Parts: sequence; structure tokens; C-alpha cells
Amino acid sequence: MNLLEQQAKNRRRTWMVMVVFIAFLFFLGYGFDLLYLGTDVPVAGFVAFIVGLIFALTGYYKGAAAVLASSGAVPLEQQLASEPSDEKRLKLTGLRNVVDEMAIAAGLPSPNVCVIPDHDPNAFATGRDPAHASIAVTEGLLDALNREELQAVVAHEMSHVRNYDIRLMTLVAALVGAIALLSDWALRGMRWGGGGSRRGGRGKGGGGAAVVFLVLWLIAILLAPIIGQALAMMVSRRREYLADASGAELTRNPLALAKALEKIEFAADPTASIKRGTANLCIADPLGRKAGLREGLVADLFASHPPMVKRIATLREMAYVPPVSRA
Amino acid sequence: MGFFLLLPLIVVVLIVLWVIGMYNRLIGLRNQTANGWRQIDVQLKRRHDLIPNLVSTVKGVMEFERDTLTQVVEARAKAVSATGPADAARKEGELTQALGRLFALAENYPQLHANENVKMLQEELSSTENKIGFARQFYNDIATKFNISQQTFPANMIASSFGFKAAELFEITDQADRAVPTVDLSMRK
Repeated sequence: MNLLEQQAKNRRRTWMVMVVFIAFLFFLGYGFDLLYLGTDVPVAGFVAFIVGLIFALTGYYKGAAAVLASSGAVPLEQQLASEPSDEKRLKLTGLRNVVDEMAIAAGLPSPNVCVIPDHDPNAFATGRDPAHASIAVTEGLLDALNREELQAVVAHEMSHVRNYDIRLMTLVAALVGAIALLSDWALRGMRWGGGGSRRGGRGKGGGGAAVVFLVLWLIAILLAPIIGQALAMMVSRRREYLADASGAELTRNPLALAKALEKIEFAADPTASIKRGTANLCIADPLGRKAGLREGLVADLFASHPPMVKRIATLREMAYVPPVSRA
Repeated sequence: MGFFLLLPLIVVVLIVLWVIGMYNRLIGLRNQTANGWRQIDVQLKRRHDLIPNLVSTVKGVMEFERDTLTQVVEARAKAVSATGPADAARKEGELTQALGRLFALAENYPQLHANENVKMLQEELSSTENKIGFARQFYNDIATKFNISQQTFPANMIASSFGFKAAELFEITDQADRAVPTVDLSMRK
């Protein structure tokens, strides 16, 4: 599949997961209202969503500055001014130029650039829209990659901003929060002998269907936090694939990103300075899946990033280059 | 009875809203396309401004390459004074080729590689060449988006009656640009 088809596929898949996500929230909310509040009006679901949204939006607006501060990022201009080494200055100028070139290719204003003093190669983007965006790269990334590979990584990060991924992941965080809240309230309610409406007896027919609904709903509410997290990570992985394809559209050079990812994968240590909250905006999982986390279905389901091998294979396909045979 | 009066009214209102939305979208894309075209000029001008600096920096070291240096300076002068887009496109192409020859010859001068100013200047110049390329790429991307919006159904029914025309994509006019560039790195001089 070429890079335009990849983008279309990833956008479709995102919305399929989002529909399931929202439907799941409604299902939980509806059941909660029916069983605990005895009403058809979606009160609880709505309230849970609003609360989740408030928390998520607070993170959204405070997000960028907090994330950058916690990772020890230094603005590029400052780094350039205080850098003694000529070679390093050339690299930093190259970084600035590479970001500006990608901004031109995307038709967007140039984002702020920061450098993180960490030896592990990684990068992330923050910012609620293209006018307020920042990109941060680690020193390890600057050392490991050449100019075109650096450009590919920058293109990937800018694509996250371009595709409004920060907004989407904020919405997803709100949904996850709402689902967790509903689950929490339901379990508390159960402990205190809730389900008053059941005792009150809504007396309508279809007792069998109601029991089936109840059982399904109980299973759902118990598993809700896990299901919510799994769905959120599914969205995160789709957006990573989309950012890969979008970035390839900017550079028209998918192979450069494939090579960059290979180099990044090789440096297997986790990136200590990038905290958990921004994991899904980085180019590589900073929590280091290779280093210590289990492989297998569970790890795959809750990973914020798709496996590097698959990403590289997809990029090579976009470049019409045969896949690497890993002997 | 009131309902049957209301329904066609609602339909008309929806259609009007759709036409307004489509028209505004096409206006937005047309302006972005025009802006994209101007951005190419911005980068071309940047290149014009960087060249005198480059020539004066390498002149001392590359004194035997006077011909090539002169060619670059003359090509730049011609590009600056070009008339009209077709003429400008040709002159800019010649300037690109002259710069290419200069950079190829610079490989023969190791002193230049040690010089920090030269390296920075080369980075700036090659970045400007990249920016020209990316500006053209963006222009083609946004022009294609504009054309698709005009030509897909149902917008195509009214786009032309509002006066929207298909945008031209940036194309190579000089066949020489399609040829693979040859670089002579031999030590003959």
C-alpha cells in the first residue's frame, strides 16, 4: 500500500475504534442508569464523561509546558548560543533547518524546537494545534542519525501535530477516565446494596432479556478499566502508523524513516527523561518494550506503539522496497 | 398541512447551507494554493541573497575556479532580473546547475572542508535548495487538493459557475532538468 492509502486506512481504523469506544461508554452508562438510578435518561454516563473531559482538558492546556519542563528540554536557540563545539553547532543548525523544511512541506508555521539532554535516541511532539506546537529531540537522537533520518523523525513528529493527535488522545483520555469512573461508582454502589431500581421492580416484561443484559453489563463493568485502556492503546497505535505515513508524505522518503527506526530500535534502553504521560507522542516507546517488558499478546495489546518490525516493514512497502529478511 | 409547507423549506435551507460551506471551502483552498505559489518565490529570493556570501567565502581558496564562480554570479544576476514565471523558472534552473558545478568542484579543496564558515554556508545553501523543493512539493499538494475539491461530485456541479478554475501543477519545462546530472570529480584542471 502506498503512503496515501496507508493514511486513509489508518484514519478509517481510528474512527472504527472510536465508535466502539463511545458505544462502550454509552453501554456502561445506560446500564448504570437503568440498574442503579432507575431511569432511562443517560445521567451517569453523561456526568462521567464531563468529569473525565475536565481532567483531560486540564492536561491538554497545561500539557505542553509541563511535559517539556519535566523532561529537562532546552530551547534550541539557547542550546545553540551556549554550544562551544563547532560540530555540534552545525548539527543544531541542521536540526533547525530540517524542522523549517518540514514546516514548508506541510504548509504550517514552524514549531518551537527543544533539545533534551538524554543519551537515548527519542523525540516527541506536543501542542494543541499547529500554531502552538513544540518538538523535542534527545541529544542521543542528534548523535545517532544523519540529516535525512533526522528529517524523517521530525516529519513524523510534525505529523502528530498536523493530524491533531494531541486532541484525539485528550478525547481518548477523557473516555478512559469516564469509563474508569463509571466502573468505580458501579462497584461502590454494589457494595452498598445498590440497584434500588431492581428492588423497586420496573415490572416490565422480557425478564430473560433483562437478565442477559444484566450479566453482560456486570462483566463489562468489571473489565471496563482494562477494556478502556486496551481501546485507548489501539487508537494510539493507529495514530503512530498514521504519523509514519503522514511523515513519509512530507519527506516523500519513507526509507529514511525506516532506517532511522532501525537505528533507534538498536539503542534498546528506555528514555528516562520522558515520563509516562507523553509516551504516546514519542517516536519510540520510551518505556523500553525491548528492555524488560514481556513480549506476547498482553504486551502487544497495551503497547502505545506498534512493534518496530511492523513499522519498518510498512515503511519499506511504501518505498516499494522488498522487506528485510531477519535471519 | 403546515408540515408539508415546512419540509421543502427545510430542504432548501439545507441546500443553501451546503452551497455556502462548499463555496467557502473552495475559496480557502484557492487562497492557500496562491500562497503556496508565492512561498516558492520566497525561497528562491533567499537563495539569491545567500549566493554573494558564498562566492566571497570560497573565492580566496578556489582561485583557479574563476570560470565556475563567474558563472554562478552571472546566473544569479540573470535569475534576479528574470521577467515572468516561465523565464524565471528557466533562469532559476540554470542557477541550480551552476551551483551544482561549484559544489562538485569544492570537493577538490580539502581546506574548504575544514573551514567552519564554509560548512555552515553549505548547510544553509543546501537547506535553501531543499526548501525550494519542498515549497514546490507543497504547492503541488495543495493545488491537487484544490482540483480534487472542484472536480468531485457534487461540488463539480457548481464550482465552474462560481468561477473556480483548475490550478496548474508545477512542472519541469526544461527537458535538461529531467536528465541525470553528471558530476565530473576528476582531478584535471
